[in-house]
Amino acid sequence: MSVLLIAEHNNKNLKPFTLNAITAASKIDAEVHVLVAGSGSESVAKEAAAVPLVKKVLHCDSPNYQNYLPENLAPLVTKHSEKYDHIVASANTFGKNFMPRVAAALDTSQVSDVIKVNSPDTFVRPIYAGNAFATVKSNDKKRCVTIRPTSFEPASKTGGSAQIDKVDAADVHNFSKFVKREETKSERPELGTARIVVSGGRGLESGENFKLINDIADKLNAAVGASRAAVDAGYISNDHQVGQTGKVVVPDLYIAVGISGAIQHLAGMKESKIIVAINKDGEAPIFSIADYGLEADLFKALPEFLSELNKLNTIQK
Amino acid sequence: MKILVAVKRVIDYNVQIRVKEDGSGVHTDNVKMSTNPPDDNATEESVKLKESGKVKEIVAVTIGDDKAQETVRKALAVGADRGIHVKSDTYIEPLGIAKILRKVVEKEKPDMVFLGKQAIDDDCNQTGQMLAAMLNWPQATFSSKVTLKDKSMEIVREIDEGLETVEVNLPAVVTCDLRLNEPRYASLPNIMKAKKKPIDQMVAKDLGVDITNRVQQLKVEEPPKRKAGIKVANVAELVSKLKNEAKVI
Repeated sequence: MSVLLIAEHNNKNLKPFTLNAITAASKIDAEVHVLVAGSGSESVAKEAAAVPLVKKVLHCDSPNYQNYLPENLAPLVTKHSEKYDHIVASANTFGKNFMPRVAAALDTSQVSDVIKVNSPDTFVRPIYAGNAFATVKSNDKKRCVTIRPTSFEPASKTGGSAQIDKVDAADVHNFSKFVKREETKSERPELGTARIVVSGGRGLESGENFKLINDIADKLNAAVGASRAAVDAGYISNDHQVGQTGKVVVPDLYIAVGISGAIQHLAGMKESKIIVAINKDGEAPIFSIADYGLEADLFKALPEFLSELNKLNTIQK
Repeated sequence: MKILVAVKRVIDYNVQIRVKEDGSGVHTDNVKMSTNPPDDNATEESVKLKESGKVKEIVAVTIGDDKAQETVRKALAVGADRGIHVKSDTYIEPLGIAKILRKVVEKEKPDMVFLGKQAIDDDCNQTGQMLAAMLNWPQATFSSKVTLKDKSMEIVREIDEGLETVEVNLPAVVTCDLRLNEPRYASLPNIMKAKKKPIDQMVAKDLGVDITNRVQQLKVEEPPKRKAGIKVANVAELVSKLKNEAKVI
């Protein structure tokens, strides 16, 4: 029994969610091996080897894996899957993209978006936008599993010294081509891992008004989120969307401003530890899950909120 | 060129689902059903490509019980030319669905298959990618912009970091994000016309593929409920609560 975990990285560093996925993998079986497939990615392999929960690193370095196109990454994973009972990755846009191709190649039924590992074959996963939890048992011999990173703590990064094995590349397809990636650059913490998230919805009325959200976020060292309505309206870019088809966040504090609280939005944030809702409609569904609700006009409340925060002597970072 | 678009019948996105007391699933009797929302985007994009003159025919396919035909009718009403209904009275996992769709693709030989990126009932996000792998075709998932060229498509994908652009040769599988387009409503005359468009019938278990489910659902339960919160009177009280009671700032 052992687990092959597919690392997400940018060819320099591991992406933080890989550490959460390693924790989940270790709950399936202690023998966790990590596949690092990239180009010029030696530092990533070393970083993975330093994670104490990792027992071995398989490193495949080739220009073909630079942009982890699923058409090339999936055959590589499949090629090296033979010795493993479980293939694991994060259930984010990285893992969702390639893992079903691996599952199809292995003729195995994938278990997506696992939030709890009950045993090596039994998992809990949310369905219907998190309005129900299904406990499922996989009867396949080889199991492909994607895990919801925010449901597992990140593994410790230092102290390990796993062996790094160079492994062969797989055959390459040329029927797909990476063109470009436009990453939203921000000085703020990453939405998926931030301790505090301040989110805006349609109530903000414009992209310019998101400055009110940004100012609060900067004061609290928080990430900025948004409802689908705000993204669809063009107020803010898609990578900020929280919800069933966006990102799932579990911060210590989630502040929802001008967000009514559609089922699809709640799916992405209702596990947050403390939820604050600021909305002028006292009947908005968001209040039913908020720990602290403020029925107010956000255009008055947000500047006041900022000035109250400015009065505090200390703010936790 | 020809497009195959796959549509699924699910509980309507506005319905607050209810978990069955015996843990066997969720209530579906007398619950409003509709087409999986991103599947509507898949149909819309197909119709737009046909309107641009580059696509000659759109075939809409669904897999499910008799009522699943409604989703094909809806696709026909907004512009698909004909339909296929693969009948199955039992739930089939994405792996089995992909195998069935592969059979349909082999028969229809489309240049592109469009699907929603995820079904909002089981939230699996697998079918399109599995189908692409089985056909050994390239894929473009979570697509928010599609540009059809002579022998390829340039596609903008929504990813966690922002946007990614890929070019995939045809034939290819495209899974659609909700932001790809604004699905149109069917006009009454088009709904009437759609009733005359043909829907081929097939039976899932007769297609010669193994659709046995491998993942067994042991139980379905409600998620833990949040305890009721409070309303605060003003911003000062909110900040004080966050600082002194919740201790999160």
